[in-house]
Amino acid sequence: MTEFQLFLGLGLLLFLLGVHGLVLSEHTIRRLIAINVSGGGVFLVMVSLASRGDSVDPVMQALVVTGLVVAVSATAFALRLGSALTRAESSDREGDH
Amino acid sequence: MAVVDWVYDGLLALLVLGLAAGALYSLSLYRAVVFYIALGLVLALVWARLGAPDLALAEAAIGAGLTGVLLLSALKHQPNKARLMGWPWLPGLTGIAILLLLIMMVKAVWGLPQGMAAVGQAALLAVPESGVEHPVTAVLLNFRAWDTLLEVLVVLLALLALRQLTLPDETFPDAWPLLLAWSRLLAPLSLLLGIYLLWRGADAPGGAFQSGALIAAGLLMLRLVGLSPALPWSRFGVRLSILIGPTIFLLAAMATASLGAGWLAFPPDWSKALILLIEVAATTSIAISLALLVGSDSRELNQ
Amino acid sequence: MIEFTAILAWPFLLAGAFFFIAGTLGVLRFPDIYSRLHAVTKADTLGLGLTVIGLGLLSGSLRTTLLMILVWLLVMASGATACQLLARYERERPQVEDENGGR
Repeated sequence: MTEFQLFLGLGLLLFLLGVHGLVLSEHTIRRLIAINVSGGGVFLVMVSLASRGDSVDPVMQALVVTGLVVAVSATAFALRLGSALTRAESSDREGDH
Repeated sequence: MAVVDWVYDGLLALLVLGLAAGALYSLSLYRAVVFYIALGLVLALVWARLGAPDLALAEAAIGAGLTGVLLLSALKHQPNKARLMGWPWLPGLTGIAILLLLIMMVKAVWGLPQGMAAVGQAALLAVPESGVEHPVTAVLLNFRAWDTLLEVLVVLLALLALRQLTLPDETFPDAWPLLLAWSRLLAPLSLLLGIYLLWRGADAPGGAFQSGALIAAGLLMLRLVGLSPALPWSRFGVRLSILIGPTIFLLAAMATASLGAGWLAFPPDWSKALILLIEVAATTSIAISLALLVGSDSRELNQ
Repeated sequence: MIEFTAILAWPFLLAGAFFFIAGTLGVLRFPDIYSRLHAVTKADTLGLGLTVIGLGLLSGSLRTTLLMILVWLLVMASGATACQLLARYERERPQVEDENGGR
């Protein structure tokens, strides 16, 4: 087992990096990537906290397994919502001409 | 702790930061997506380092298989270049806010007590009574089965929400022969590996979610090369396999509530059989739902 | 006996690391996509194979070794397929000046 503090700090940094990117970017896909990077940071904090004892905390890990699947479902829906929005906007523009 | 471990972990950490920065700040969106996929793979290594093989498996199947297809196919309909926000004062201001947040979060984390949380210890002690031997599976399907039920419902809700959108008609170019041959070999392997992971989840890392994600990746690959038929919502079998997971889960919850100790409190003699039944049903639903969430088009969900 | 296989394993591991580093250098330094693909697929496959032989000798367990060889075969086949796909995509796409490598 490795020292957990390194990855705990990395998780905090990753979360904040994602927030920074989220604020600064204005493209849908980039924002979703930023949210997912932040989510990865949160998962990293949880998993490194799970391994701070002598044996690994199964509750935290189970929560993160759940979180991964929920994150990918939400991202899938959001991305396809974004694509639908782009299509609707471009067909509106064609309609105007 | 040996120096080698520190070097290895440090390199991993630097790689994570570099890839995340690339995904967030590179000007070409295509590059950002590739950086993000690579970040998922490196995170799988980090999970393995932190003693979480369950997560490493899930992250590898989701990060490498599903998210890549999702982002690349979303990119197909979007302009490639992405500007950053134009306001000149914004980056500096956000930077300052982020630094303040970092200081606060480090202080908060520093104060946490050492050692495992009490709930984790309780879970580890109760594993022998849960019906399975692997602690993470015991937590997922017995101690906190509520969370897992709600998660299966979230996946279902995402799919139902997707049905409300007007999706495009996707046409893929004809796949080249080598890719076809390799997909014919790899897709059955991913199914086999998925079933193995599901079965092994009782006493070792693995389980319904990892298995479902892996099978979904196999289905998606067959779909991208044009080997698999469409899975239209209008077909009864498709709806059945999507709904069977939540249904069996809810039935089990109601049965334990009315006949037994309470919602999802499994009687010890039955718990192994119940957990297995729920896991098989949930894996089917998760696999089909994830495959449809990532790669479906109007012929499948809009009719 | 154990010590003997351990000593035998190290040359393989070092040679594997050498080929990985060479392949990575090739990706970073080679001028066009075809030679980069050549570097990354061939050198890395060889490097992984040598690493698998070395680790198999170190582990001393037949089951582990066979599993690693299976992994190696899968990586080799997927590497070959991905290499062919990328090279063919590069050759068949319209030759426009696009520094981002397509879409």
